[in-house]
Amino acid sequence: MATAAPAKPATHTEDDWTKPQAMAIPKEGFFKDKVEQGRYGPIFPQTPACYGFSCIAKVIPGREEHLYKHAKVIEKAIADDPATLAILKAHYLRWVIFTIKGESYMMYQGIFDTDFDKYCEDASFLFGKTGIQSAFEALEGWPADYATNPSAIVKFFRDHQWPSFLEYSEHPYVSCDEIKKALKLKATFSNMLDLMQ
Amino acid sequence: MGTLQQSHGIASDLTDRTEEPDSLEFDDIQHFLMARPPARAARYEFLTLGNPASGRKWLSGLIEKVGTASAVGSSLLDARWVTVGFTWHGLQTLGVDDASLATFPEEFRQGMAARAGILGATGANHPDHWVGGLASPNLHAIVVLFARDVAERERCRGEHERYVGQCGGVEVLSSLDLEAIPPFDYAHEHFGYRDRLSQPAIEGTGVKPTPGSGPPIKPGEFFLGYPDEEGPATRLPQPEILSRNGSYVAYLKMEEHVGAFRDFLRAHGETPEQQELIAAKLMGRWRSGAPLVLAPDKDDPKLGADSQRNNDFNYEKMDPHGYGCPLGAHIRRMNPRDTAVNMNRRKMIRRGGTYGPPLPEGVPDDGIERGIAAFVGCASLLRQFEFAMNVWANDPKFHELGNERDPIFGTQDGTFDMTIPKRPIRKKINGLPAFTRIRGGAYFFLPGIKALRHLATFTNGTDNGQGVLK
Repeated sequence: MATAAPAKPATHTEDDWTKPQAMAIPKEGFFKDKVEQGRYGPIFPQTPACYGFSCIAKVIPGREEHLYKHAKVIEKAIADDPATLAILKAHYLRWVIFTIKGESYMMYQGIFDTDFDKYCEDASFLFGKTGIQSAFEALEGWPADYATNPSAIVKFFRDHQWPSFLEYSEHPYVSCDEIKKALKLKATFSNMLDLMQ
Repeated sequence: MGTLQQSHGIASDLTDRTEEPDSLEFDDIQHFLMARPPARAARYEFLTLGNPASGRKWLSGLIEKVGTASAVGSSLLDARWVTVGFTWHGLQTLGVDDASLATFPEEFRQGMAARAGILGATGANHPDHWVGGLASPNLHAIVVLFARDVAERERCRGEHERYVGQCGGVEVLSSLDLEAIPPFDYAHEHFGYRDRLSQPAIEGTGVKPTPGSGPPIKPGEFFLGYPDEEGPATRLPQPEILSRNGSYVAYLKMEEHVGAFRDFLRAHGETPEQQELIAAKLMGRWRSGAPLVLAPDKDDPKLGADSQRNNDFNYEKMDPHGYGCPLGAHIRRMNPRDTAVNMNRRKMIRRGGTYGPPLPEGVPDDGIERGIAAFVGCASLLRQFEFAMNVWANDPKFHELGNERDPIFGTQDGTFDMTIPKRPIRKKINGLPAFTRIRGGAYFFLPGIKALRHLATFTNGTDNGQGVLK
């Protein structure tokens, strides 16, 4: 049985979402020959898995339980208003607690569509308004003046970022909005077919 | 009668105020970002100050000439209005100590040329090609002169030339004369687009926002020392007397390729009406100023000229797909309205004017440089100006477009596109040419009047003398 050829609008290599891609990233987290300067410093490169970060920071001793409570706060915030974090253009966000030699650390990992600096700056606007800050207040090194100083938040994330050395995507470079558009289109076609019965 | 002020893209203006202002120290804030004097000519002079003593001598004689917001907002108008600003190197040359210099934000310390890549000033726009010494660390100060007319400007030019001659060490690196271009009955630039349309009103000035402009913006978004949209002022440069009532401005000299622009319109529109529509799609407004969201099919000059209607629209509800105003059009990028968040933290005040002679319609490009010389005023160059340039003007993926930049203002090199949504099938223009080119730029700090006196009179054991400027 013949299968329909996938729609392939690609005019640039990175637009070809039909071909899974992987990208090896230098130790430093940047490609030395094409480092793009952002407003807060060099920008971590976009990969087939979009932009993202993996921030790791030590949890202030005794604050681990606070983090679990924080999860409930965020869960409720999103339930009350699903658009709470829409500004971040995030595909996925993951909060992970792990221990090394009895000490707790938190990893905050995100895959998103805006560059690192814009993500951090957008996130800083949410702090204090959504309760999202409560997790970070449990971390060592979190800036005391975060509520009035977006730059300090960006610096914290930059200082605690551990760049990937390899990233992969089954649908490279596809943004969250494009995925949602495709799903809406599918739903619209389904409705259309229903109406044709 | 034409006036230079009509060619400015300007924010709230005390001359438009309808309510009693309060709380702002109008007598200490330079008039430049607050009010627009009725000038018909202007001149920008870019200076190097030599050494602390010569720089302070020069400044001391200039302070009394600097216009304040209160003076322009009242009937105390004069024939000319002066504004003074300094680069970080300029403050250093005046003798500001290292501890104080370190309290200024990183982007200001580095200067615009060092951050050109962030702004998209690459290729032909790169600082290597800038003119007038603007990329040099020897650029220390700017004097902006607005004059009642050309004759007054020339008188002031001569006076300042004489005065600079008395301040050994101070030199004019370059200058730029500006005059309004015809027709004089509305503000516009060389491409013919009406200007001064989208203007933030500042809380505490008494200026009422026009419909669609949103609520007044906290003064701390533009003037240091006041509450901003996040709360009380924090992290001001020190000492406070130096920073209070000051603002940062980003200066950009942008050449407009009028011949190329008109050739482009002719290539993409067979009739004058089609050409006007293409021009409107690039901007998001007809050249009359009428917004495409409100007038998608046909120009409406009366709408364009009506400040109570020409800003009263949104995108999310009224034009979500860009069938009226394309998603990548200039005004949709530089002011995304309800399709972006935290807009009140991105607002900027624009000032400036046109330079160079107008190119008459039907005449081939004469090779003479013409364009706009504009200032963007704000409290944070990084959060406001650099964000707008980096994310709104030059991010190819803005609104998921993929390979587009601002068609008018973005850095174009023939490799980016422009999508014009249209039923049933969109129109896509590949390889958009560059209609503009950055010829220079710089970051300046505009101190308050008390700060200017502080800069002119504090000493490190040297006699700064007193200059006299008429």
